[in-house]
Amino acid sequence: MSLLRVRELSVFYGNFQALFGVSLDVRERETVAVIGANGAGKTTLLRALAGALPVAREAVEFDGRALGGHPAHALVELGIVLVPEGRKIFPSLSVEENLLLGRYRERPGAWTLERVYQLFPRLVERCHQPGTNLSGGAQQMLAIGRGLMANPRLLLVDEISLGLAPLIVKDLYRVLQTVRSEGTTLLIVEQDVSQVLAFAERVVCLRKGAVALEGEPARLTREQISAAYFGA
Amino acid sequence: MTTATALAVRRTTRASRVGAFAAVTLLAGLVALPWAGNAGLMRVVIEFIALLVLAQMWNLLAGYAGLVSIGQQAYVGLGGYALVVLADDVGLDPFVAVPVAGLVAAAFAVPTAALVFRFRGAYFAVGTWAVAEVYRLLIANTPALGRGTGRTLKAVFPLARETRELVTYGIALAVGVAAMATIYFYLRSRLGLGLMAIRDSEAASGSLGVDVFRTKLAVYVLAAFGTGTTGALIYLNLLRISPDAAFSINWTAATIFIVVIGGLGTLEGPIVGTLVFFLLREALADYGAWYMILLGTLAVVAMTQCPQGLWGLAAARWDLRFFPVQRVVVVSARGESETRAG
Amino acid sequence: MAWLDSIVQGILLGGLYALFATGLSLIFGVMRLVNLAHGDFSILAAFLAVVSVQQLGLSPLLSLALVVPVMAGAGYVLQRLLLNRLLGRGILPAVLVTFGFSVVIQNALLEIFSADSHRLDPGGIETASLALGGGLAVGWFPLLTFAVAVLLLVALQLFIGRTAVGRAFRAASDDGETAALMGVDNRTLYGLAMALSLAIVAVAGIFLGIRTTFAFSSGPDRLLYAFEAVIIGGLGSLWGTLVGGVVLGVAQTLGARVSPGWGVLTGHLVFLAVLLLRPAGLFAPSRRQD
Repeated sequence: MSLLRVRELSVFYGNFQALFGVSLDVRERETVAVIGANGAGKTTLLRALAGALPVAREAVEFDGRALGGHPAHALVELGIVLVPEGRKIFPSLSVEENLLLGRYRERPGAWTLERVYQLFPRLVERCHQPGTNLSGGAQQMLAIGRGLMANPRLLLVDEISLGLAPLIVKDLYRVLQTVRSEGTTLLIVEQDVSQVLAFAERVVCLRKGAVALEGEPARLTREQISAAYFGA
Repeated sequence: MTTATALAVRRTTRASRVGAFAAVTLLAGLVALPWAGNAGLMRVVIEFIALLVLAQMWNLLAGYAGLVSIGQQAYVGLGGYALVVLADDVGLDPFVAVPVAGLVAAAFAVPTAALVFRFRGAYFAVGTWAVAEVYRLLIANTPALGRGTGRTLKAVFPLARETRELVTYGIALAVGVAAMATIYFYLRSRLGLGLMAIRDSEAASGSLGVDVFRTKLAVYVLAAFGTGTTGALIYLNLLRISPDAAFSINWTAATIFIVVIGGLGTLEGPIVGTLVFFLLREALADYGAWYMILLGTLAVVAMTQCPQGLWGLAAARWDLRFFPVQRVVVVSARGESETRAG
Repeated sequence: MAWLDSIVQGILLGGLYALFATGLSLIFGVMRLVNLAHGDFSILAAFLAVVSVQQLGLSPLLSLALVVPVMAGAGYVLQRLLLNRLLGRGILPAVLVTFGFSVVIQNALLEIFSADSHRLDPGGIETASLALGGGLAVGWFPLLTFAVAVLLLVALQLFIGRTAVGRAFRAASDDGETAALMGVDNRTLYGLAMALSLAIVAVAGIFLGIRTTFAFSSGPDRLLYAFEAVIIGGLGSLWGTLVGGVVLGVAQTLGARVSPGWGVLTGHLVFLAVLLLRPAGLFAPSRRQD
């Protein structure tokens, strides 16, 4: 049962075309990874799905409804939440306030402030400090926590491993495992290919704004992935 | 991708050749006007040219340099007062004093820029207004400059009225032609290209080697010179200057409306806008404040609905450019693509 | 002694200026919009109060209850119908449109109310004074104005600091796009910010109208003083705005004591001095102004 259906999605920045007719399906409770080289269009895809970029109406279907063109805040209302690339923590808000902002739309669900603090104990002791005072890894946890506060059905995760030490990345993926086990659907964009291949049920590889490869990690060879990633 | 083909940069259009011809004809007509003996019409032309040049200067700042100033009235006032001081107190020939007054205004523009360039965007706009107010109040508190009541230009009294009006008219024509020509050739030059690059993207143009600060400063001072000279022209015509009138925000209000309604960022737009401004003023002469209300509403509507102004609409529809400052890249081999810049 | 009196007057005037300034800096913070008609809206509010006094027999202070909601509503509608369309198009459209508003409001007021000066009369309270000892007396009304200003600033600080909408304001002023991605409806938020701004400026306008005479053209000066108070106090700090207002008020009253024509000019010169010497303002927060 497809929660998310993307059909022939093309995205433009002014005159520049970043995505060329991308199609993919994500089933409920599934974890799909999107990989690709820099500039392949991975972040563009997530931002378009989150409502930050103009999208044709029929190009994106969520839970059976055509959602293309809906503004970002309306998509959060429906349960599509983005953990943005670069964290984008609000400097004028404290750690706790950043989390509280995540539940601005007050979607009902299991994630509360207490549960998020349980998931990320490191955030508790700094809860009243400005959000950007934290280290990179802690900020990433904050960004994920903020996303969870919105009780997402579909969590879009953009490059959480960027600039972080491998140990911290492992911690983050443990957290994502917890999130996944609660039934949240995950669409993860990731630079660290091996990490995400071990984690995802399906992988989509983008190259130059188009889908170059798709399949289950176990069934794809290194050569296939490499070819799709870099081009033959 | 096409392989290297001959690329030509086309600067003129057929419309521009028509426009050049029309401009020359118009100019000939204006030069001949005094022989018709209609002093009233000459005064209208002087006023028209004054507003047009003010608008072109503001357009240069906002439409090309991206500097939105609502304090240009400072230079109208400074130019006007400089004229009176130079002609009456220093003894300079009042007609020669007009461009010199422009230089005085330009001189004031330098320290002004040092202050207001610390602001960006909308705060820059308010900053320029604040500085204009400072100039107004300083002059209104200076006894030698006539305080709040102002002064009269006495140096022209010895002249016969017809002579004074004729020479003023000639100066107005000279100022008008000089302003249009300067702006036109500046924008077509390499400097002008750098300016338009800054308008479109400061960061990008800076990285390409355009000295952003100096270019903006140069344009700001140039606009002050043009505005100051026009201020001197205005008060050469009116003969009586006072701080509230000379530094009135209405100068800026008029120029903004002219440029917005006519078309920002084009040379032809302000011409259209000034025409509309004058026509509306004639039509609504009996309605007092309603004239300004209508003008304000029109400007608001224009900015929200058609920001390219009347000229912009016409130019887009019929692909007209009388004063082309664009550079069109023509790919001759395939003949297909034309990329327009400017 | 007369100097001390002037300084006290200036401080109290500063409270009023802080109100004007806060309305301006609020919308600049949240949506990077400078409302050039800011002062004109306050004068519009004062004239609306004049109408309520004349037509409905309300006292000027009671007219607040009518005028403030009307102005807030007008701000919300204006933002959602008109100004929201201009965002994302650079600063020029917003500057020019609000400038257009300024011209329209002033000329409409001129048409309707003529060029006469008006004043709101609260019935005696504005001249009553309170003796502070040592020969120093302070008017009840300036004191009340200052108290109201501080109260409003405290309320605003609490609102922005403690409520969900206040958090959204701060988030939007940091990063509007990410705020939207977190579920904030920017269109509504901006409408609320403008409504709040015009509500504050309506209070300021009515208190101003009680304190002094005003006419259709009094608006632009209020904008300038608001702007100067914001810059002196430093962008991004509510208490800085209060200090900025006070510094400006004191400068103006001291200058006027030296010579009546020099009051406003002294304020301008202090503003320019702060600009020259400390462009980030007296209370510079770490955020850059843009």
